[in-house]
Amino acid sequence: MIANAKEPFRFFTRLTLTVMTGIKAGNLKEFVECLKTVPESVIYQHTHRFLQQHQYLVPEPPNDFAYWVTNILQEERLGEKLAAIDTVRFHNLEDLRKRIVDTIEGHLEDNNDIRQISKGKEFYFMRAARFSVPTPHLARNLAEFRDCLQKVSISSLYLHIFEARLRLPSGLNDFSFWFESKVGEKSLAKSVANLDPYTHTLEGLRSKILSLLDARLKEPSHGAS
Amino acid sequence: MARLEEYRSLVGPDTIEELFLLAKNLNGKSILHVNSTATGGGVAEILNRMVPLLNELGVATRWKVIKGGEDFYAVTKKFHNALHGSQQAIAPRDYQIYEDVVDQNLPYIKLDSDIVFIHDPQPAALVKKRRELKNRWIWRCHIDVSQPDPQVWGFFKPYVEQYDACVFSAPAFAQQLAIPQVLISPSIDPLSDKNRELSQEEIKVVLERLNIPTDKPLVTQVSRFDRLKDPLGVIEAFKKVKPSVDARLVLVGGSADDDPEGIQVLEEVRQKAREDPDIMVLCLPPTSHLEINAIQRASAVILQKSIREGFGLTVTEALWKGKPVIAGAVGGIPLQITHKYSGILTYSIDGTAYWLKQLLNEPAYAKKLGENGKEHVRQNFLLIRHLRDYLLLFLFLDHNRSDFIRLGNQSCF
Repeated sequence: MIANAKEPFRFFTRLTLTVMTGIKAGNLKEFVECLKTVPESVIYQHTHRFLQQHQYLVPEPPNDFAYWVTNILQEERLGEKLAAIDTVRFHNLEDLRKRIVDTIEGHLEDNNDIRQISKGKEFYFMRAARFSVPTPHLARNLAEFRDCLQKVSISSLYLHIFEARLRLPSGLNDFSFWFESKVGEKSLAKSVANLDPYTHTLEGLRSKILSLLDARLKEPSHGAS
Repeated sequence: MARLEEYRSLVGPDTIEELFLLAKNLNGKSILHVNSTATGGGVAEILNRMVPLLNELGVATRWKVIKGGEDFYAVTKKFHNALHGSQQAIAPRDYQIYEDVVDQNLPYIKLDSDIVFIHDPQPAALVKKRRELKNRWIWRCHIDVSQPDPQVWGFFKPYVEQYDACVFSAPAFAQQLAIPQVLISPSIDPLSDKNRELSQEEIKVVLERLNIPTDKPLVTQVSRFDRLKDPLGVIEAFKKVKPSVDARLVLVGGSADDDPEGIQVLEEVRQKAREDPDIMVLCLPPTSHLEINAIQRASAVILQKSIREGFGLTVTEALWKGKPVIAGAVGGIPLQITHKYSGILTYSIDGTAYWLKQLLNEPAYAKKLGENGKEHVRQNFLLIRHLRDYLLLFLFLDHNRSDFIRLGNQSCF
């Protein structure tokens, strides 16, 4: 018989609606000034939302800002630096904003030649209206968790793996937090926490976690009660 | 007409489940769509599919079309072109004709649904009725208003600002407005007659029926006969390519009820096409979905040489068929095509001719563009994604347009 968790795990999903702010930037100076003042939901849109939208691409582009600076502004050196900022390692959006702003300002200190982009190619700042939606998928133990994980959308996976890092104090993902604190599965929690979500597509991550669960469920030490 | 169940294999059961979850959270809200034509053009096509699917999700949805005479459509066509940025001679009487027709329609359209969803400028002024109704109103602008004529935009803006939110198809269309502006791309229905898979036999039968020979590679543009789609520019580009590549150009179009200029443009196109037997002009009825599908699938290269464009759903359709597309870098087209990756973006007749020659001579490269384009459409521009965005928009209005919306019972472990 499989042991039940102290509390069941409810799968949620994250859906977003894109809202345009009407704010745009046509050169690097305008761009960084806007970045300093736009709401957090704008930073989210161009980093996390972008990550979710482009998950089918491997390697996925890192964020909208790097894409615009590299491909439209054609500031490749700065674009590369912005691309190297590891979005998922930041545990709050303000820290992420600061890193992006500091990177651009550092570049501007050494480069005074400001290129103005032609009309229509400006960077358009947009914000994300985020929806948190409970799904009917509820797991009371590891076996049920495995079944649910197979069925939920990649938006749900995204919420529990990527966005959880902005919510949980430790920067942990929801799955690892539940495995450890509610099921007593420390080792499994650690294995899932160690997966680098940045180098997998969401479907790839799903397969990886499923195989970790399968391996654990086959072990005789699991679930005896 | 396809039911939601039939999309399961295309988008995954989890995505369909999400639609039902969202619809349930609307708690019985009713929706009314209003536009200006029941057939012809992308808006009518989307509504034809969207309305039954919303109803299937349990969201009670109606669709009404405003009525106007020739005068009204001549005026709204001028408005349409002016909002697209082209110079138009607009007299004060034109605004009066517009207001009068909207007022005449008001008693005949029941506008008391929980959410009234108005499409494009033609019925935009219906919003004057909202004060009496206390429901939510959305204005969906399907056209490129990145550089609108200030006078015409100045006329519409006070109406637009009476809405709760407006929707545009591309970031560059955003305006300075006092209401939220939401970005939602339109979509195509992968199961409709215009986009579903066709067998070689089905394609052959259609081409024979339309007398389109297949002895040479087909270059196609599918579009209304409209100056903003530049059909005459397409012929010029084709003529530049012709001396070095043997191909056949097919210009396929029709007219919509709200486009009186189309007949004149069609005549000019026919005149110019007479100069070359390898140029075919087909004017098909608005219901010719299967025919369009077959012609697109039989094409070697598809053009969309628009000068202005809302989103450019004909580009989406062509990409979905895995075809290499050469299109004007206007409106929503750059959202669909990344130059030299998922298609080709051009800015001139010479540029179109240059790339047309390249793609006809390099079929392997052309094939790769087509494959990438199809994947991009699969991820971003199919009907189910569009349906989900509309449901989110309705919920957004229902939750005071806030940045973080928690639906249902949020208790977690």
